[in-house]
Amino acid sequence: MSALPTPAPARTKTPRLAAIVSVTAAIALPLGLFCVILFATPLLQPALLDGFIRERLHRDPATWYWRDGVYTVALLVLAFVFANFAAIFSGILSWWERRVAGRIQSRIGPNRAGVGGFLVWIADAVKLILKEDLVPAEADQMLFRAAPYFVMVGFILTFVVLPFGESIAVSDMNVGLFFITSITALVVVGILLSGWSSNSKWALFGGMRSAAQVVSYEIPAGLAIMVPVLMAGTLSMQGIIRAQGGLPWQWFIFRNPAAFALFFIFFTSQLAEANRTPFDLPEAESELVAGYLSEYSGFRFALFFLVEWGNLWTMSAIAVTIFLGGWQIPFVPNELYAQLKGTGFPPLAWWGLEAASMLVFAAKTMVLVNVVVWLRWTLPRIRVDQMMSLCWKYLVPVSFACFLFTLLWQIAVAAVPALETAMGVGLTAVSVVLAVLFARQTHRNITAIGDRVDLSNW
Amino acid sequence: MGDRAEMAVFWIFTVPLIAASLGVVVTKNPITAAMSLVGAFFCLAGIYVLLTAHLVAFLQILVYAGAIMVLFLFVIMLLALQEEILGVSRIKVMQGFGALGCVGVFAVIYRAILATGPRMMPQVGEDYGTVKAVGRILFTQYLLPFEATSLLLLVAIVGAVVVAKQRI
Amino acid sequence: MVPSSYYLALAAILFSIGLFGVVSKRNILIVFMCIELMLNAANLTFLAFARQSGNMAGHAIAFFVIAVAAAEAAVGLAIVIAIYRTRGTLHMDEVRVLRD
Repeated sequence: MSALPTPAPARTKTPRLAAIVSVTAAIALPLGLFCVILFATPLLQPALLDGFIRERLHRDPATWYWRDGVYTVALLVLAFVFANFAAIFSGILSWWERRVAGRIQSRIGPNRAGVGGFLVWIADAVKLILKEDLVPAEADQMLFRAAPYFVMVGFILTFVVLPFGESIAVSDMNVGLFFITSITALVVVGILLSGWSSNSKWALFGGMRSAAQVVSYEIPAGLAIMVPVLMAGTLSMQGIIRAQGGLPWQWFIFRNPAAFALFFIFFTSQLAEANRTPFDLPEAESELVAGYLSEYSGFRFALFFLVEWGNLWTMSAIAVTIFLGGWQIPFVPNELYAQLKGTGFPPLAWWGLEAASMLVFAAKTMVLVNVVVWLRWTLPRIRVDQMMSLCWKYLVPVSFACFLFTLLWQIAVAAVPALETAMGVGLTAVSVVLAVLFARQTHRNITAIGDRVDLSNW
Repeated sequence: MGDRAEMAVFWIFTVPLIAASLGVVVTKNPITAAMSLVGAFFCLAGIYVLLTAHLVAFLQILVYAGAIMVLFLFVIMLLALQEEILGVSRIKVMQGFGALGCVGVFAVIYRAILATGPRMMPQVGEDYGTVKAVGRILFTQYLLPFEATSLLLLVAIVGAVVVAKQRI
Repeated sequence: MVPSSYYLALAAILFSIGLFGVVSKRNILIVFMCIELMLNAANLTFLAFARQSGNMAGHAIAFFVIAVAAAEAAVGLAIVIAIYRTRGTLHMDEVRVLRD
């Protein structure tokens, strides 16, 4: 790339108030959200609520008339907290993604509202909410208005079983993983509907493409999910994490060579299901304007984008849960949590352990989220036929083969338990070596074209 | 969950369920009918959860709302139907007779239900309706039907491709 | 606790609505949807009886019904596409070549 002489823009200093507001928001918002989730989720579980009714209100929870009311309020509070988590996470991620995109494409990115442009997502949200909510003249009024809510419901409901830490999950259903796969199916309905009801050919093409893509990639993703389920022997999200351990060779991804391959298949399928590049054909800007959301504006448009960015958290969290050991802290056995908790209000040590498990989970998830963001800005979009043949000709047969291999592997492991540990250590070592080689090759490529690794000017 | 709460949840799901299923037969536009059906299946899944049939409930959402209805929507959109094709139904008098007959059928069934008297549901164990329990039944007592179903699905896949594709 | 008769009555209502759709509607697609509704009413009855008697055979049957419904929808919609391609209509009374 030739270096064009660019005149340095006259940069005014950010006003002090804006700087303070943006730095406080950047620190306080995520921290506060995680704290609220950390404290609210375990406290609002039925066992502790019953204890509260017995000890503070001096009623018998089994017979008290208003117990269901207390439960309902607790559920509403949790729903509010998690809806807010989704909204604020996707807002901050939209800013982060644009900053990263700016770095990758050698431009600046948003830098006006607040320090480093941090407040830009709030400005965007305010703008989108204030905009007129247009419905095209020939569109099917009711369905056009309803479509974003289908997408939204399919996304938000995944937070019911998504874990954040050892006891930090709204509900630990015995069908947890199955619940997520089934509930996300609603998103397809919403997308098809928005495409059809817009009465625009771009939207229709985008909706059809998206539905075909999501339905196809559900099959390799579903098969990939089956392997951790086979290894853990349960569908519950927390149960799957408890079957793993804190150290890398205790994670499912490294304990079984098929799971290692399936992790990448699962990740690819999730990218396709979330309509992220390189599978963003449904929204291909250069061919389809904006795909199924071309005709949307204002608040409904914001809902679609909330789901798109929020999906990054859910897809990464699911991958972390089923393959990467979830919230397991190294050298902390599962029994320690129960021992510390005791009965009644949990002691401080337990809360500390919970916070640590949440930190581990969030850190792993954020790493994956960042990988998705990098992929978006480094890979080109693939063609429709390539997308379909990749799914049906490669991913589906390979995941079937991996599934069958896992069945045999589980039989072998049952006979020789040391096999799993040996494979775990071996695969961990192999992937560390591969990662180092990848970093070295990248560094060599950068130096070969006479550029240098420059992390200043962020 | 208390009794009153269970009754409240039952009604919360039942009223939209009946409204949505009426929407399927009342509307003229197949897309609106399909969307009402998606809503109905969703509410029905809620009722299944109330019956502690968790596996079947989420199977219902996955297969009906996620797969079958998407197929319906696909077909409706692919055919790009015009209004005059959409709005066909029998003449009003025949519809009236049909409605009368259906009310009659309902009355007969309802009579039979009333004859059995109100039965209270018994308490069930912790593992009732879980994946493990239903899976055990499927793979022991109902193994032959289960395998027959897999064959049926294979036949359906091949059949659908043969019928729908113009040139193989 | 909701008595089992409530669930059975609900299933009866759903079945009647589906039946009304089948006898009164002439659009193949809507008739199809009404058949799905009737299948679901049957499922609800199975699950209600399973809950009432405390054994899970009804869950297994519901599982099979869902699988059969999926197969039926796939083949049925393929037939709908074939009919529309050859006849250009979805009106059930106009597809009667075999009868005439």
